[in-house]
Amino acid sequence: MIKIANVSKQYGDFKVLTECSTTVSKGEVIVVCGPSGSGKSTLIKCVNGLEPFQSGEIVVNGISVGDRKTNLSKLRAQVGMVFQNFELFPHMSITENLVIAQTKVLKRSKDEAMDKGMKLLDRVGLRAQAAKYPGQLSGGQQQRVAIARALAMDPICMLFDEPTSALDPEMVNEVLDVMTELAREGMTMMCVTHEMGFAKSVANRVIFMDQGRIVEDDSKDAFFANPRSERAQQFLAKILQH
Amino acid sequence: MNYQWNWGVFLQPSATGDDTYLGWMISGLQMTIALSLSAWVLALMLGALVGVLRTVPNKLLAGLATAYVELFRNIPLLVQLFIWYFVLPELLPPDLGNAFKQSHPVMQQFLSSMVCLGLFTSARVAEQVRAGINSLPRGQKNAGLALGFTLPQTYRFVMLPMAFRLVVPPLTSEFLNIFKNSAVCSTIGLLELAAQGRQLVDYTAQPYESFIAVTLAYVMINVVVMLLMRRLETKVAVPGYIGGK
Ligand SMILES: Nc1ncnc2c1ncn2[C@@H]1O[C@H](COP(=O)(O)OP(=O)(O)OP(=O)(O)O)[C@@H](O)[C@H]1O
Ligand SMILES: [Mg+2]
Repeated sequence: MIKIANVSKQYGDFKVLTECSTTVSKGEVIVVCGPSGSGKSTLIKCVNGLEPFQSGEIVVNGISVGDRKTNLSKLRAQVGMVFQNFELFPHMSITENLVIAQTKVLKRSKDEAMDKGMKLLDRVGLRAQAAKYPGQLSGGQQQRVAIARALAMDPICMLFDEPTSALDPEMVNEVLDVMTELAREGMTMMCVTHEMGFAKSVANRVIFMDQGRIVEDDSKDAFFANPRSERAQQFLAKILQH
Repeated sequence: MNYQWNWGVFLQPSATGDDTYLGWMISGLQMTIALSLSAWVLALMLGALVGVLRTVPNKLLAGLATAYVELFRNIPLLVQLFIWYFVLPELLPPDLGNAFKQSHPVMQQFLSSMVCLGLFTSARVAEQVRAGINSLPRGQKNAGLALGFTLPQTYRFVMLPMAFRLVVPPLTSEFLNIFKNSAVCSTIGLLELAAQGRQLVDYTAQPYESFIAVTLAYVMINVVVMLLMRRLETKVAVPGYIGGK
C-alpha cells in the first residue's frame, strides 16, 4: 500500500531524513515514534506529498509521490490525514467541515455528502454537535471530527501525526478509542504517536526514528520485548515511566 | 478677535449664481465619496490579488507582487498623482492619450485620481492581506491540501475566508485613509470636499464656517465607515473562535 524507499530530505545542510525505507501493507497499523525533531512529522508528510524530498521514492497505492507528473491533489484525496492541532476549518460549522471536500473534491452531491458526514459524526459520537463551530468544541471532540472529516473521503489509508499530543489527558482516550476501532476494521494506518498503550494493543509494527533515520522497524512484540538499539531502549525506558 | 460669524452663508446663492454655497459643499462631498468608494473597490480587488500572490510558493509571482507593493507604497502619493495626471497621458499610445485629453476635464481629473488612490491603497491593502494569510496557523494550508484541495481551492475555501475576517480591523483604517487621502486630489483641480471648502473661503470670506463644515463632513464619513465596518465585523464573526469577537 505504502512503499518508502531510501528517502532522504534536507533543509540546506541539515539532513532531516536519511535513507528512510519501509513498507506498509494493506490493513497494517504502523506506529512511528522517536524523540522530538527526529523527523517523524516530516516522514509522514512526505507520504502524501505535503513535504517534498530530494531523493528516494515513495509509492502509495501504485502512484509515485515524488513524480512531477503525479496529480498530488488526487492522491491526497485518497489518503486521510489527521494533525496534532486538529486543523478543522474554524469558519465552517462541523457539518460544513465534513461536507466541503466531499462536494468540491469528490464532486459528490450535497445530499450524499451530508448523509455520509452525519453517519461518520454518529460513529464518532458527535451527531449532536453538527451545527456547532469548531471553536465551540473541546479538543477531543475536535479531533474526532477531524478523523470523521478524513474518513468522509473514503481514504485507502490514514496518516496520523501525533493526534493526541495537543489534548488534555482526559480526552486522549476518546480519540484513541476511535483510532483503535478504525484499526480493528482493517484500515491501513501510519500513526506518529507516543501512546505506547495504543501501539501495544493495535500496532502491527513499530518504527523508531532518531536523527532522521529509521533505527528500528520491527514487529510490535519484538520492539517492546527487546529493542535492538540503545537509543530505542533509552527512549522506551523514558516514555514507559509515565 | 473681530470675526463676524455668519452660518447663513451656506444658504446664500453662490457666486456663479446657479447654486447655494451649501450646494457646493454637497457636490464636494459627493465627489469625495464617489472618488473614495470607486478607488476603494479598485484597491480591494488589486490588494487582495497582490496580497495573495505575495504568499504563493511561486517565486516569480511572489517577487512581482513584492515589487508592486514596494513601488506604490514608497513613492509619495502626491508624486504618484502628478505622474498619473500629467505624465502618463503623454506616455500612452497617441490614440489613447488623445482620447483621454479630449474627454471632459472633470473626467480626466476623476480617472487619474481614482487610479492613483486605488493603486496606492491597493499596496497597503495587499500588505494587510498578506499579514492576515501569514498569521493563519500553518497547518490550515496542509489540512486543506491533505483533503485533496488544489492550492487555489485551499486559498479559496480554507485560508482566505479566515484571513479576510482577520484583516477587517486593519482594513477599516485603510478605508478611512482613502477618504482622507482623497483630499490630495484637489491639487490637480478636482473639486472634492476640501477643494470646495477652499473655494468657499475665497468667495465668501467666511473661513471658519467653511472649514468647520468641511471638518464635520469628514467626521461624518468616518463615523459612517466605522459603524459599517463594525457591523461587518460582527456579521462575519466566527462562533467560538479564539481571538474572534
Ligand atoms: N522548514 C524547516 N526548515 C528547517 N528545518 C526544519 C523545517 N521543518 C522542520 N525542520 C527540522 O527538521 C527536523 C525534523 O522535524 P520534524 O517536525 O519532522 O520532527 P518530529 O520528529 O516530528 O518532532 P516532534 O516530535 O517535535 O514533532 C527538526 O529538527 C526540525 O527542526
Ligand atoms: Mg512532529
